[in-house]
Amino acid sequence: MAKTYNAGVKDYRETYWMPDYTPLDTDFLACFKVIPQEGVPREEAAAAVAAESSTGTWTTVWTDLLTDLDYYKGRAYAIEDVPGNDEAFYAFIAYPIDLFEEGSVVNILTSLVGNVFGFKAVRALRLEDVRVPIAYVKTCGGPPNGIQVERDKMNKYGRPMLGCTIKPKLGLSAKNYGRAVYEVLRGGLDFAKDDENVNSQPFMRWRDRYDYVMEAIQKAEAETGEKKGSYLNVTAPTPEEMYKRAEYAKELGAPIIMHDYLTAGFTANTGLANWCRDNGMLLHIHRAMHAVIDRNPNHGIHFRVLTKMLRLSGGDHLHSGTVVGKLEGDREATLGWIDIMRDSFIKEDRSRGIMFDQDWGSMPGVFPVASGGIHVWHMPALVSIFGDDSVLQFGGGTLGHPWGNAAGAAANRVALEACVQARNEGRELEKEGKDILTNAAKSSPELATAMETWKEIKFEFDTVDKLDTQHR
Amino acid sequence: MADMQDYKSSLSDVTSRKFETFSYLPEMTTEQTRKQVEYIVSKGWNPAVEHTEPENATSSYWYMWKLPMFGETDVDVILGEAEACHKAHPNNHVRLVGYDNYAQSKGAEMVVYRGKPV
Repeated sequence: MAKTYNAGVKDYRETYWMPDYTPLDTDFLACFKVIPQEGVPREEAAAAVAAESSTGTWTTVWTDLLTDLDYYKGRAYAIEDVPGNDEAFYAFIAYPIDLFEEGSVVNILTSLVGNVFGFKAVRALRLEDVRVPIAYVKTCGGPPNGIQVERDKMNKYGRPMLGCTIKPKLGLSAKNYGRAVYEVLRGGLDFAKDDENVNSQPFMRWRDRYDYVMEAIQKAEAETGEKKGSYLNVTAPTPEEMYKRAEYAKELGAPIIMHDYLTAGFTANTGLANWCRDNGMLLHIHRAMHAVIDRNPNHGIHFRVLTKMLRLSGGDHLHSGTVVGKLEGDREATLGWIDIMRDSFIKEDRSRGIMFDQDWGSMPGVFPVASGGIHVWHMPALVSIFGDDSVLQFGGGTLGHPWGNAAGAAANRVALEACVQARNEGRELEKEGKDILTNAAKSSPELATAMETWKEIKFEFDTVDKLDTQHR
Repeated sequence: MADMQDYKSSLSDVTSRKFETFSYLPEMTTEQTRKQVEYIVSKGWNPAVEHTEPENATSSYWYMWKLPMFGETDVDVILGEAEACHKAHPNNHVRLVGYDNYAQSKGAEMVVYRGKPV
């Protein structure tokens, strides 16, 4: 029977709270951590979030009756306590797949984390996790190459890859910059990397940098007989400029370019990933601005969601945090989003903060990149935590070597290979790390010197964004 | 701390050429190689032996020594094939591969006999 139109405001929970709803395999699922305003019941707050992130507005409108809103609405279907936080609760919401344009991470985020985050009925709101239905995954391009293709292109097997961000991050001329790249590559690293804020400033324009970096790559390849790359940052003020830079990198024969997916935006990133797929180019993704969005435990978007969005949008590498270096990262939570980057199917696991099963089907995996404040002494832990399918990036830990970049690179390469060899022999890296490195340093004066230089450095601050765990 | 050393590597010095995983470590002893073979077997990967003239090492395709040893788990048999390949091609690099058919990639790849640099 047709409904009648009654103008006015009604409680959200009458329409959007559906505790008996069983989510469909094709539904998008979201878990929000909600801190409601005082006096707002949990069911009403959860329903309000479901409404404001889908079909609802604050008052009933007559045009609601021209469509089947009961099909299109988001449904708050469950509420749970948050361990260790009495004022917050988890709201689970299911959205029908037809609310989202195919292949559009932009559309997903505009709905799920749009106006609702400024909504008055909630004091704070955080998107903890999403489940993207496999039917939707199939509409997205994903990583332009993926782990398996990149290994073949770069000829790197049975070990993590090694990189280095060139420092100082700003101010070098293109020719001096290329020198630093050449030195780290000839010393044994696989990749050098533009710092994220290196775009095309007056001190070093992009075209000059690309020219010198390519010369560095080619000479290091001839000298070492190994495949080398350097992430040429194509992040630019406009998409047109971004594509211009990408085209020039391709013209030079560069194997890999890089992009900042959050500051540049998902439209730019998805377009660039498609370009990379069409042009056989590897794509490294940096995550500047992520901590603005993901660090506050009560408000924002968890990094595991940003990880899923990047895997859909497209990228072959993504910075993941190191667990052991200078930047934030809880070990279990980090292991969770590393799996989200690489695996084909990830099971719900609350001990890692993973709220839903996620099926990626045949979508290629993304290499997690550990970068920031790491050096040779961290190598055993890094190899143990990250495994082979990863990129370990030592900036200061390569360039700060007392004998220069090439020696610093060689020290890292020897340390890495010694750890992989020992792991394969069945040794416990985190327990025997010191012995393994000390032994490897006997045949590498570069490693011995690196170990002496960095022996005292530790980064042991408590993490701000911890997993939600019981406090009583 | 030790005095500063020059990093010895150049286009004209053929010993500067590396060959990917484990090429920055000293050449493995027989016992060390055995442990890597055990690792490949324990992972369920298919062992294979390949070789090349060192000057052609950058090619994707080295010469296969027979076919990959599908399902072979006897470490001595695998080591024996690597040694036989080395004896037949004493100046070539000989590498041990662990083909991972699920990842459609190589789970391990390492040179176990180093060829004569040219």
